[in-house]
Parts: sequence; structure tokens; C-alpha cells
Amino acid sequence: MTALSLQNVNKSFGEVHVLKDINMEVEEGEFVVFVGPSGCGKSTLLRVIAGLEDASSGEIRIGGDVVNLTPPSKRGIAMVFQSYALYPHLNVRGNMTLALKQERQSKAVIEERVQEASRMLNLEPYLERFPSELSGGQRQRVAIARAIVREPKLFLFDEPLSNLDAALRMNTRIEIANLHRQLGASMIYVTHDQTEAMTLADKIVVLRDGRVEQIGSPMELYNNPANQFVAGFLGSPAMNFFPAELVQDGDDRTMGVRPEDLFLDDSGALAARVSHVEKLGGDTNVIAQVNRHQITARLFGQHAVEPGQDLRLGFNPQNAFHFNGEGMRVE
Amino acid sequence: MNKARSNPLNTLMMHGALILYTLIALFPVFVILINSFKERRSIFREPLALPNAESYSTIGYNTVMQQGDFFLYFQNSMTVTVASLFFVLLFGAMAAYALSEYRFRGNMLMGLYLALGIMIPIRIGTVAILEMMVATGLVNTLWALILVYTAQGLPLAVFILSEFMRQVSDDLKNAGRIDGLSEYTIFFRLVLPLVRPAMATVAVFNMIPIWNDLWFPLILAPAEETKTLTLGSQVFIGQFVTDWNAVLSALSMAILPVLVLYVIFSRQLIRGITSGAVK
Repeated sequence: MTALSLQNVNKSFGEVHVLKDINMEVEEGEFVVFVGPSGCGKSTLLRVIAGLEDASSGEIRIGGDVVNLTPPSKRGIAMVFQSYALYPHLNVRGNMTLALKQERQSKAVIEERVQEASRMLNLEPYLERFPSELSGGQRQRVAIARAIVREPKLFLFDEPLSNLDAALRMNTRIEIANLHRQLGASMIYVTHDQTEAMTLADKIVVLRDGRVEQIGSPMELYNNPANQFVAGFLGSPAMNFFPAELVQDGDDRTMGVRPEDLFLDDSGALAARVSHVEKLGGDTNVIAQVNRHQITARLFGQHAVEPGQDLRLGFNPQNAFHFNGEGMRVE
Repeated sequence: MNKARSNPLNTLMMHGALILYTLIALFPVFVILINSFKERRSIFREPLALPNAESYSTIGYNTVMQQGDFFLYFQNSMTVTVASLFFVLLFGAMAAYALSEYRFRGNMLMGLYLALGIMIPIRIGTVAILEMMVATGLVNTLWALILVYTAQGLPLAVFILSEFMRQVSDDLKNAGRIDGLSEYTIFFRLVLPLVRPAMATVAVFNMIPIWNDLWFPLILAPAEETKTLTLGSQVFIGQFVTDWNAVLSALSMAILPVLVLYVIFSRQLIRGITSGAVK
């Protein structure tokens, strides 16, 4: 069964067309990530799914039912916000139980779910505390627990990690992945961070300017991007793009090669002058100029490369992607 | 740590300036207070002297207590002020919430229309207001004053509060909606507590002019049983003779309740409960 299906969903704010003909499906138990640069409409799409914004046209189905006119609280969803959005006047327990009390669940059920969720997220010692007495990471866990107790058909995460520092972000990311495995619930996760998208997703939806650019599993998108935008957006450091005529005369296509596919090669196709070197221990990132095009090469291991040095970079032709003038992938 | 703040000279100057300002602001109140405890002659002979054994007298307070129903005036002023503030805050906050939260046609125009009242003094409409009050039979009732003061306070309240309500996190309101709270619950339980400092500001801004107003009580409710404190005190100010003892005593007593209300609201001004709600 599909947890969510969108058909030709459009959204306009006055003259501004924010979402354009969105079609997609989320299968039961699937972890779907919406990713795209800021302003691409991914948060708006999430709000439309949540019912916080009305779609201008199109059909939204959650668990098979059309929910276009259903208020957010009746859609069987729960949402985790970027700013946590905890109720400041309620303690952790109060935050978690408010929605259940609104649904008029029995005391026993409420207590059981609170126990379960606080056990999963290690919140037992904090149940009587107020949000102002918790750290950022704890607040985020309360926000997630508040979603879990509702046992929704669909979880919505709106950039939940962007307020956390780097170390905490990684831990919480793993925690969310574990939760998904334990609950087996369908989840939609919005982020602009491609690392989060690649590591968490079963399926990634890449959005740009309110349009779906490509949908697929992380490795599908990585190995087989449909266009230059998707190719450049996923992968870190980003894919290098340069005119193919640097390699082959008279070729008017754009060529794309991932930094990790480049290697030092005395007979390589690209003559480069090193402008900067990032030595990370495990990897060495070489930023070099090839005919005034900036190219990044990610070399495994440690290399004695210094700025100002001239070197040649090679790549395996089957690892190169080609794009036409419109940025679409061509062979 | 901020260097300017830790510098003792700067601290001294800052506190010096603040203390000086406090003294200047409190001086008239101080003069009123000390003179209210003096007999008439000493008030004029040495206005700045403290009451001593010779000049001490409570005759002003005695006059105030005996003449007219001072406690009724007091009660009237209190009723009018508190009720007006209540309505200003309630309706002001509701209108501000609607303007800041909901997108509807004419939202902008409605906001401007409501803010127009800040620029046009309500006293210009006195004659029309009086005619209206006469027509509805509200003349010489406290309701006449409460309604007028509510109207007078709303524009500024809506203006200030809508600005603050825009700052309340959308995520918080949306979380409430997803959890099934009604719009009224979201407004009263989530939004209002977060804009409490702004509400206190509005309350303080409105309270003093209402409490001190002479114009509308004189025109709309001059009857003995609806007189406010300010209007009641006027009996001691005559065209030829003014009973200064009584006037100063009445004024001294009139300060107290405003002071109490101010203390209540200013504590709200300082208390910030937003911390922890959103990062």
C-alpha cells in the first residue's frame, strides 16, 4: 500500500508559482528525503502534505484517502520542526501527551505510549522538565518523541538537524535511522544537506524551483543522474563540470567527472595547475585550474602535492557524464 | 564580557545618569506628597520643606474624606481603567492575531485602517460620541467611558501587538494545529503567553491616560455616582478659590492604584518565558 501519493500538486502564493505539477509516491515503511537548494519548495511541499497549506490544485492521498480538505490533526501525520516548536508552558510529558489528550485517548494508552517513546529516545529522566531546562539535542529528541506517541501513518521531518552542532547532528542522524528501522513507519524528511539525504534515504526526491528533477534511490541518483543539476547536487565534493572540448576537440557537450574518479596520471587528459590542497589524512582534496576551470580531485591516501605545482589528472572515460546545452544528460 | 560594561567609570556614569533621571521624574510626585501633609500656609511659604511638627496637618485628607464620596470615585476610576484595559488587550490581541496570522483579502488595508486611529485623536469626535451615547442611553454610565477608552486604546494595541505576533514562531502554531488544537486554544494557550511582555507594554501605555483623563468623564459621565477620581478632585479647584490641601491629598491618593497596576505590569515586561520554546 502507498503511504502517500501526490498527483499533479500545484501551489501558488498569489502570482508566485511555488510547486509545479508534483507527482510522487511514498511506499509503506519507506524513508523518503526531499532535497534541494533553499527556496526550491521542499518545505512548502511538506506543509502541503501536512495540511498547513492548501494545495492550489492536485490530489493528496495519505494511506489511500484523499485528504485535500482534511485538517492537519485528522490526517494521521506527525511533524518534527526545525525549531523543535515545543510548547513552552508544558513539561516534556505534557508536550508528548497533548495531542493524545486532544484525541481523547484513555489514560492507560497515553501512559503506555509515553513510556515506550521515552524509553526509545532515553527521555525517562527528563519527563518532568520544561523545554527551557533542556539542551538542544534533548529538545530535538522531545520533538521526535512527541511525534512518535501519536503513532502516525506518516512522519514528517522539516530539517530537524539544522539547529544542532556537527557532532550531535551525526548522532541524531543515526538515531533517526534506527528509529525508522524500529518503527517501520513511513517517513518524509526535508533537508538541504545532501549527506543527510544520501545516508538516510530509501528514496531521494531532488527538487529545484518547485519541480521534481529526479526520484530514485541514493545510488541510482549518484550513478545515473538525469541531468547536470542532480549530478552536481549529490556527492561531496561536488562533481566537476567542464567543456568536453578540453579533452576532445570539437565536442560541444559539458563533461562531468566526480572528484573521486580523478587520479594522478602523467599521461592524463587534463593538464592542471594546483591552486589549493586540503590534506585530510585519509583523503587529499586537490583544487586545480584547468584552462581557468576549477577542478577538484579527491585522491585517496596522502599525496605530496603542493599549490603552484603542475600535474596531469586522468579519469576513466566510462566514469564521465555528458550533458547537453540544456543541462540534460546525453550519451 | 563587554568592555564598556565592566569599566567602573562607565558604570558610574551610567548609574549617575539613571539616578539623576529618576530624581527629576520623581520630584513632582515628591513635592505633591510632602505638601499634602502640610497646612495651607506652609505650602505656599516653603513648598519644598518637609512637614515638621508645626506645619504638619492632615486637613487635606480630612476634607477629601468628608466632601463627596471619594471612595466611590476611586472605585469608578478603577472599574473604568481595569475594564477598558481588559477589552483593549482582549480585542486588540485578537485583531492583531487575525491580521498577522491569516492571509485574507484586504488584510493590509484593514491593518492600515485600524492603525489610522493612532493618528487621529478621538477627542475630535467628542460631539458625535456624545450624541451616540445620548441616543443609546449610555450617558452617565461607566459603560460610556469604558467603550470610549476601549476605542481609544485599540489602534495602538493592534499596531504593537500585531508586530509582536508576527515574531511568534510559525512552527509552534503549526505544531498546535497538527496536535489538533483549535485556533482559539492556539491563540490563548500558545500565542498570548509569548506576547505577554508586549501586552504589558500596551497596558501601561493605555492605563495612565485613562486613569488621568478628565475630558470624557466630564462630558459623558458627570453624574455624582459615576464621577471618576480626576473629575471628583476638580470640586476642590474653583475659579477663585482652590483648596490646595484637598487637591494635593486627592492627587496623592490617586497615585497609589496606578503605582500598584504599574508594578504588576512591569514585572510582566521583564519576565521572558519564550526561552526554550524555540531556539
